[in-house]
Amino acid sequence: MNPIYLFFHKTGSPPWFYRFAGKLIPWLWAGFVVLTAIGLYLGLLRAPPDYQQGESVRIMYLHVPAAWLSMMIYGMMAVTGFIALVWRIRIMEVLTISSAPVGAAFTIIALVTGSLWGRPTWGTYWVWDARLTSELVLLFLYIGVIALYNAYDEPRKAARAAALMAIVGAVNLPIIHYSVMWWNTLHQGSSIGTSGSSIHPSMLWPLVFMAFAFKFYYGANLLSRARLKLLAQDHRKRWVQELLSGKEK
Amino acid sequence: MSQPALSTAFLALLRRDFLLAYRRRAELLQPLVFLLVVVTLFPLGVGPSPQLLAKIAPGVIWIAALLATVLSLDSLFRSDYEDGTLEQMVLSGQPLALIALARIVAHWLVAGLPIILLSPLLALWMNLPDAGVPVLIKSLAIGTPVLSLIGAIGGALTVSLKRGGQLLSLLVFPLYVPLLILATSAVSAAVSGLPYNGQLGLILAGMIAALTLAPFATAAALKLSLS
Amino acid sequence: MLSVSELSFERYFEPVFEPVSFELGTGSLLLVTGANGCGKTTLLRLLAGLLEPSEGEIKCPNRPLYAGHNPAIKDDLSVEENIRFLMRFMGGRCAKSELEQCQEIIKEIGLAPVAQQEGRTLSAGQRKRCSLSRLLFCDEALWLLDEPYSNLDREGIAMLDEIVRGHLDDGGSCVMTTHGSLRPEGFDLQECFLLSGREQTA
Repeated sequence: MNPIYLFFHKTGSPPWFYRFAGKLIPWLWAGFVVLTAIGLYLGLLRAPPDYQQGESVRIMYLHVPAAWLSMMIYGMMAVTGFIALVWRIRIMEVLTISSAPVGAAFTIIALVTGSLWGRPTWGTYWVWDARLTSELVLLFLYIGVIALYNAYDEPRKAARAAALMAIVGAVNLPIIHYSVMWWNTLHQGSSIGTSGSSIHPSMLWPLVFMAFAFKFYYGANLLSRARLKLLAQDHRKRWVQELLSGKEK
Repeated sequence: MSQPALSTAFLALLRRDFLLAYRRRAELLQPLVFLLVVVTLFPLGVGPSPQLLAKIAPGVIWIAALLATVLSLDSLFRSDYEDGTLEQMVLSGQPLALIALARIVAHWLVAGLPIILLSPLLALWMNLPDAGVPVLIKSLAIGTPVLSLIGAIGGALTVSLKRGGQLLSLLVFPLYVPLLILATSAVSAAVSGLPYNGQLGLILAGMIAALTLAPFATAAALKLSLS
Repeated sequence: MLSVSELSFERYFEPVFEPVSFELGTGSLLLVTGANGCGKTTLLRLLAGLLEPSEGEIKCPNRPLYAGHNPAIKDDLSVEENIRFLMRFMGGRCAKSELEQCQEIIKEIGLAPVAQQEGRTLSAGQRKRCSLSRLLFCDEALWLLDEPYSNLDREGIAMLDEIVRGHLDDGGSCVMTTHGSLRPEGFDLQECFLLSGREQTA
């Protein structure tokens, strides 16, 4: 048989995925804790305060990785959603729909930290800044996917509808992002940038560590959610019964 | 199997849709009246100052067009879904994307085209300077098909849900953001005497992209709704 | 003509019915029976290709005709307009001019008195007759009829039996569901008794 098909067939089997994810999750959590510790140490203690923004620049070490991840997760949903729709793999449906709340949470984190940073910088909690605006639209896209999933009764049909919506949204996401950027420069002649072009290494490294820490968190959270969802979906199937009665670990 | 030619089926569907639209013409007027009412509310809400109205005119007219389109989208596939016609369309062996496209074309002709025809009146009410009017019409002419095309995906995704209407607007409004930005800035640019062809070109590109991709997404959503 | 092996379909992660297998040759009629909610409609929708099977296989070389519960009749179109749209859209045998053939079909299914009336004015039985009109102009070899007898009067049932018999004699085949009270009379038929999948797992 085709090796790619075989690979999908194996990873597509719920018991296999359940065990594999179970082994992976502790490592992801460990990676998250270590990277966060290093990132926070560098960001909060070692990095210098910004000469314009002062100490408030440290919010960036949460805001920027959260914003990056929120976009990445939406892209991931489109990828897993596409595989789910084309090859009808249930694991991929579960991964798609399990990604949505995590992505929405990071979008909210990016919005809240962005507006907390805005208070000392712009003097107000909300400015129609390009990044904040496109994060807000992204949040609506996430809410749309989650609401669509919840509106359907049959879970697999719901997951496929949500996957299709995620793909449609992901095709539009870059267009939305760039049109909002362009709209912003159009209406605000001199907006205060996030001084991202020439970033000093002492500020870059904590950002990199935090970005990877967040990705590990996403991985761990996603796999835990997917495992739980599979257990709930298959609670009548034999492999779950065996698992619960302790025959299989 | 003597399946009818694609063009025969496509035309039969368009013909049926126009006949149905004609029999239900009172319902078709509702989104248009809605459009007029929404635009009327703005001078009442923000005051009749001609300068202010002229400044917000492109945005107000475009947002009203967006709302009116979404209002009519819920019924795009609903009656065909409920009476079983959609099942037969899927099973007819004709490409579902083209069936969806026929429905979208019919929708645009009865919901999008009247908005374009009404736009000079709306421009007059909102005190839009004369330089902006042709660009407003042009932007609506290439922009409203995008509204119908993208909206059809949302309509197909929510057709099997009992109360799909509200969810539909939640799904499609974020997708309309780029179109709204480009179209309103084109009109504003024309009013201030700046070049606007770039924006219109981008909308046209978006329309072509939507025309090639949206029918397939709609077809996938319709099949999913029937399963 | 139609071959089904170990077919099953899951909804809410439970099989809707016990796996079914059968073979259907030319000129034969399969009657699918079972209690309400045992998945007869689901089975027919699977055979029609509207649903994807969870397990098992359906081998069906040609596109079948599916007549489901929903009659596909537009309330705002007259009986004649409805049938003419379906004729154009779905295609099929066409020997004479379209209008002539359409009028003939309407006469045959006994709707001539209401041919110009709008769909909304039809009774449930008349709707059923109107939706069965497709059997008269289609050329699909395999028919999937979901509860075809429901709402039909005695004459209607006799008419339907006649149409199905003619189809089988022409070398076609037919799968029909019924919940039991009404059965096709005088046919040499196979029967498939569908068992709900939920009782087995509970």
